[in-house]
Amino acid sequence: MKILVCISCVPDTTSRINFIDNNTKFDTSGVQFIIGPYDDYALARAVELKDANAGSTVTVLNVGLADTEPIIRKALAIGADDAIRVNADPTDSFFVASQIAENAKGFDLILMGRESIDFNSGVVHAMVGEMLGLPSFSPVMKLDIDGTNVKMAREIEGGKELLEAKLPLVAGCQEPIAEWKIPNMRGIMSARTKPLKVVEPKGVTSPVKLKKFELPAPKGAVKMIPADNVADLVKLLKNEAKVL
Amino acid sequence: MNILVFAETDDKKIKSTSLEAVAYAHAMGGNVTAIVLGTADKASLESLGKYGAKKVLHASNAKLDHAIVQAYSAVITKAMQDENADVLVLANSSLGTPVAAKVAIRTGAGLVSNVVDLPDTSSGFSVKRSIYTGKAFSVVDVSTGKKVIAIKKNAAELKEVGGSAQVVDYPVELPDTDFNAKITSTEKATGEILLPEANIVVSGGRGMKGPEHWGILEELAKELHAATGCSKPVSDMNWRPHHEHVGQTGVKVAPQLYIAIGISGAIQHLAGVNSSKCIVVINKDPEAPFFKAADYGIVGDAFDVVPKLTAAIKAGK
Ligand SMILES: Cc1cc2nc3c(=O)[nH]c(=O)nc-3n(C[C@H](O)[C@H](O)[C@H](O)COP(=O)(O)OP(=O)(O)OC[C@H]3O[C@@H](n4cnc5c(N)ncnc54)[C@H](O)[C@@H]3O)c2cc1C
Ligand SMILES: Nc1ncnc2c1ncn2[C@@H]1O[C@H](COP(=O)(O)O)[C@@H](O)[C@H]1O
Repeated sequence: MKILVCISCVPDTTSRINFIDNNTKFDTSGVQFIIGPYDDYALARAVELKDANAGSTVTVLNVGLADTEPIIRKALAIGADDAIRVNADPTDSFFVASQIAENAKGFDLILMGRESIDFNSGVVHAMVGEMLGLPSFSPVMKLDIDGTNVKMAREIEGGKELLEAKLPLVAGCQEPIAEWKIPNMRGIMSARTKPLKVVEPKGVTSPVKLKKFELPAPKGAVKMIPADNVADLVKLLKNEAKVL
Repeated sequence: MNILVFAETDDKKIKSTSLEAVAYAHAMGGNVTAIVLGTADKASLESLGKYGAKKVLHASNAKLDHAIVQAYSAVITKAMQDENADVLVLANSSLGTPVAAKVAIRTGAGLVSNVVDLPDTSSGFSVKRSIYTGKAFSVVDVSTGKKVIAIKKNAAELKEVGGSAQVVDYPVELPDTDFNAKITSTEKATGEILLPEANIVVSGGRGMKGPEHWGILEELAKELHAATGCSKPVSDMNWRPHHEHVGQTGVKVAPQLYIAIGISGAIQHLAGVNSSKCIVVINKDPEAPFFKAADYGIVGDAFDVVPKLTAAIKAGK
């Protein structure tokens, strides 16, 4: 089985977000980048499936500029066999999906995260599925394969649904599909020599274009209420905040 | 401008987030048609008119009672063509978001998801969306004639405008090839207020000490008609089901009121709640970081404060 895992390179979840150049560019100073947390679940499940199915391979793909290579190497250290980097700034979901679709032909299983934690679009998997004519499912919290039959659990509002479909397909993953894997020393050493292919992007015209970034208005000071006076809180919620 | 709204149902009734999508479309100032797929209550279909839909297309074929994204996308694409719709509006959800993506690719429309505000059409069409898990916004220009807008909760005010909708049967062809997956079972809490839809959320963290103590949160939630949520460790330890987990890696909520009890306020948790209108924090540690993100705070033991709060709300009714 040939598995493709698409990973986004995103700011660590504890990052403070700031913008520069008149609010048109993300400020990377002091920010640590990681594999998208959901993409990390997809990668972990891919490595488990590879280990359970002899002869399988895992390829990771990232659409990003050269500065994403450390996180691609990390994915290789976790257990992917080879990597593709599409050498372009991932400006929007349509652009990213078009680049992935261009490079995703011939895979049996395409795993992604349920969403990237920078764009939070949650659409790249469905777009890639549509572009390649493959079924796509997200957010998938369980995925088992038996031959070409795939059994999945998908989270829905207030619960989950169990689904059956056939390979090839695309899935956007979330916990508890697998446990995050931490690379070991041997993995890190071997990752250095695993193949990382850089390909140039295909030209596409995106229908959406960034105009500017904005930060939320700063929050006012918290009002503290003594624990023996909860009735006051109820009054404030009714009359001041008007939420009751 | 012709606007089509995909309205989702839950237990045969239109979801409140979909009513918001209709209100959003109405506020955009277009000619609004809603489409509903699968079996649905007649009164619920007609209620779409109150929020601004002129017409409701009802594709009532029972094959659509199981929401298969591929089949739904095909029907909605066809409806966009039949209605000559310029814009498709829907609510972000586990069904709505992938449908939005597929319809956008099929119709060549520009897609913006996670939208938090009405578009600015003074020059072109630009719209604001939430990014970095609620920590920032981006404003994007959409250059295509056709557009698909997937809105976040609270993107528009849910306001009755007093109209009535004409409900018409919308017969559809449903090729078997569009049913590319089989839903074998659905496990869903019944009679519960859905977390992403709730106007009030009562959420508990590790400070609740164990699942056996959730009763006091549930009583408060019941009194407030609220949904219950939790922090990630709580669902990781199986104290609560996974779909209640709020935060960066869980459900993002945007209620009028979020009450956090025994939750420290880690940045990953805050990422899922920072779109709430009002936040109340109850924590025994005055230094808990959550207080910095709160509107109102009580320093105290949850086991003491929460029952008192429930009683005070009862008394105030
Ligand atoms: C990549 C990543 C993603 C993550 N995603 C999420 C996410 O989506 N959602 C999420 O919630 N977390 C997430 N986390 C985890 C997050 O960092 C915190 O560990 C977690 O939110 C802490 O949960 P908590 O507040 O319930 O527990 P704790 O941090 O243990 O806090 C418990 C709180 O309860 C208070 N308390 C104790 N006893 C009482 C009492 N009797 N009465 C009142 N208060 C009491 C304590 O003072 C304390 O503040 C993520 C972490 C990472 C690394
Ligand atoms: N730049 C990228 N390179 C590779 N995969 C990506 C990229 N951006 C997003 N993805 C994948 O698409 C999924 C959904 O992203 P999004 O639609 O942006 O929320 C992510 O979880 C990733 O698996």
